[in-house]
Amino acid sequence: MSGHALELAQAFDGFFAALFVLAGLGVIVARQMRGTLYLFMLHALMLSASAIVLAIALHSAHLGWVALITFSTKVVAVPLVLIWATGSKVYGRREVDHVLSIPLSLLIAVGLAFAAWIMSQPLLQVITAQPFAAINLPTGLIAMFFGAFTVTVRREGVAQLMGLLIMESGAFFASIAIVHDLTIIAEIAAAVDVPIAVLVIGLLLRSIGAVTGSTRVGHMVTLRERR
Amino acid sequence: MPDLIPHLLANLLQVAFLVFLSPLVSGVLARIEEMLQGKHGPSIFQNYRDIAKLFSKEELVSEDSSWVFRFAPRIQFVMPIFVVLLVPALTAYPLFFAFMGDMVAVGFFLALGGFFVALAAMDTGNVYGPVGASRTRMVGFLAEPVFIMVFFSVSYIANSTIPYAVNAAFSASWVATLEPAHLLVLIAFFMLILAENDRIPVDNAAGKVEIAMIGHSKSLEYSGPGAALIKWAGSMKLMLLAIIFLNVLLTPWGLASTMAWTDIFLAIPLVLAKIFIFLLVLAVVEMSLAKLRLFRISEFLATAFVICVLAMSVRLVGFA
Repeated sequence: MSGHALELAQAFDGFFAALFVLAGLGVIVARQMRGTLYLFMLHALMLSASAIVLAIALHSAHLGWVALITFSTKVVAVPLVLIWATGSKVYGRREVDHVLSIPLSLLIAVGLAFAAWIMSQPLLQVITAQPFAAINLPTGLIAMFFGAFTVTVRREGVAQLMGLLIMESGAFFASIAIVHDLTIIAEIAAAVDVPIAVLVIGLLLRSIGAVTGSTRVGHMVTLRERR
Repeated sequence: MPDLIPHLLANLLQVAFLVFLSPLVSGVLARIEEMLQGKHGPSIFQNYRDIAKLFSKEELVSEDSSWVFRFAPRIQFVMPIFVVLLVPALTAYPLFFAFMGDMVAVGFFLALGGFFVALAAMDTGNVYGPVGASRTRMVGFLAEPVFIMVFFSVSYIANSTIPYAVNAAFSASWVATLEPAHLLVLIAFFMLILAENDRIPVDNAAGKVEIAMIGHSKSLEYSGPGAALIKWAGSMKLMLLAIIFLNVLLTPWGLASTMAWTDIFLAIPLVLAKIFIFLLVLAVVEMSLAKLRLFRISEFLATAFVICVLAMSVRLVGFA
């Protein structure tokens, strides 16, 4: 690949990486459950877009498959499975009581982004042969931190699940820049894993909602067993 | 200085472009929003009729008001005209006043008009005026750090604070517009446009309930030519921010690159086309969001601020 084409591919990858981080930030702060789901879909879409860019730039058919599988599972299947499993009623809700205020959550998120970038630097010094690692590795790590933070600060079950999925997407975003010749079977296995996990957690959330009348699992720490 | 006269004429054309077409831009936005709601909506020329009607009416001024009340609409009206002299509205090359002020001056001029109208709102003793003024100042105080951060980020990316230089830096290579820092600044600036123009989710421009108004309650006491100037200035501010967003940051193309008048006149429909697409996006965004409660506005602007900080950080660490 010529130097100019590689530069162009890196520019597009950087653009998608910025949107990937922004969608992750949105999931941390979005109050509406439907909005959270849409932001997760945008997040996954950016992962697919980055994979396409890398597939073209690195002439890797495997990454093309990764993009296709990611799109079909995370952008299409996961939202459908989640809406079916939890019931559409959940998505009309708003979460009004975050553990931390939104401005404070945002500031912590920026701190986490910095921490992720600093932590990725020693790794980048080792992976010098991968042209996209300097973009994808810190971005993936940022998304993993954002996902973990979402799980911590959100009380709604669906939002916490989105946090888990964002962590998983972050790991994928980082890994596609480092290992782009993984066997297809491993990619399919990873992709099938996600909708099944979503199905199980979605059904669990539906049961929790049916028993307690709410899916705000963050409040359940105060529940006591009946004597 | 053989180029002085054409430069000054081009400057005048830029001013005329803003002054005479801004009511049309607001009218088109109002019409698109009404159509998206399934209504027919007013004519796109309704703002011209409203302004003409207000100019023909008598101006009633409270006996208790001071000179600030009478002076404020004039300042509010003149400030966007100063600003358009500093930004690339129709030409890609700098005109006569281009280096008289940078992007910080742009922010200062726009804030000055708002400051005087807020003072005037408190001047008359009207019940809703001070409420609107205090709310506007609250939004202003929250928006100003974002404004400054956007300018810092832009100047950091483009190595200049002069709008023409920023335009030249971004138009030199379209790949530069894909930079993560640039994208983040664009999103933050778009959020700022919503806040500064009293659009949803910060304020409802079509709202009629005084107690829920933020920016619009400041001008309730005005009538006749004063009200006309305030309305006209609001349209100019929207168009001006759209011009800065499009011509400086998002799509720095389609501007006249030579001194030829055909080039300059050709830029008018191109810039208007860009503004029309911007208005479509703005209308869709406004239709998709609900108005925020007053104390949630801080969250909206905090998000814009954090996006700016991220943009600066991304640039600072040399990411991408």
